[in-house]
Amino acid sequence: MNILIQVIFGLLSALIVGAAMMAVTVRNIIHAALWLIACFFGVGALYLLLEAEFIAVVQVLIYVGAVSILILFAIMLTRQIEGARHLVTGWRLWVTIAICVALFATVLVPTLLSHNWNVPPPVIAEGSDLPAEPLAGAAELGRDFVFVYLLHFQVTGVLLTMALIGAIVIAFEERARRRRVLTLAEEHALREQKKNRGTEEQENR
Amino acid sequence: MTQAIPLEAVLVVAATLFCIGLFGALARRSMVGVLIGVELMLNAVNINLVAFWRYLEPGFTGGLTFVIFIITVAAAEAAVGLALIIAVYRTWLTSNVDNVDSMKG
Repeated sequence: MNILIQVIFGLLSALIVGAAMMAVTVRNIIHAALWLIACFFGVGALYLLLEAEFIAVVQVLIYVGAVSILILFAIMLTRQIEGARHLVTGWRLWVTIAICVALFATVLVPTLLSHNWNVPPPVIAEGSDLPAEPLAGAAELGRDFVFVYLLHFQVTGVLLTMALIGAIVIAFEERARRRRVLTLAEEHALREQKKNRGTEEQENR
Repeated sequence: MTQAIPLEAVLVVAATLFCIGLFGALARRSMVGVLIGVELMLNAVNINLVAFWRYLEPGFTGGLTFVIFIITVAAAEAAVGLALIIAVYRTWLTSNVDNVDSMKG
């Protein structure tokens, strides 16, 4: 049983780290968004492994369902799918890599491994070999949201409303400034006009 | 579950994800790429919170509540950030971080 959990954890870690690596390095930004979705799925599966079912479902709903679709829409609306240089170059790239590797290898990992986390030993229930732990599930979470964390819950709702209004205000485009999208016939006529003008100029010369 | 995997293993995975996200946020030149890096960093923090909840205080809902709040804030941040990207693209006709330099000294 333990071996199985460890194997699943190893595979999930590899999926998360690999997909994240691809998401920050691939050239095509749409591929990056798809790798990001794979990474989100891996993180959701890790939540399931850590026995946080509600968080796993929320992760799939919000990150995989909403945020990644939002990112894909932004990519399509800005139409810059593939640039000549997708990462910074030269010394800036090396400085960035050095910062990230140094943060990981000299700050985060030594701190994590040297600290004593005081993990409580698992409680073994009588008559069964599975540990019976008081594990907070979705029911406790819902109850605490309407009793203990009621104010925080309301503030989060206000924050979401503000973000929604803010996003609409920022992205709103006044009608007078909107660029008109030409129909195919108009586009064709415009091109013909340009071509004729070009040939006329050549003739004049 | 808690005997099979030590807490440190989960934390190291989260730290790796955070550093990859930081690299993406610093090194990408397109604004959407920067936003992808920021989302990865937020996910790393969420993994940390869920791991601490599971190993240290599995009976209380405080850790899970924090995760839900962070997911909400991340969704709000993504919505506003993408609206900003669209507004910038409309003004400068680019979504490249380096080209938006009108406030450069």
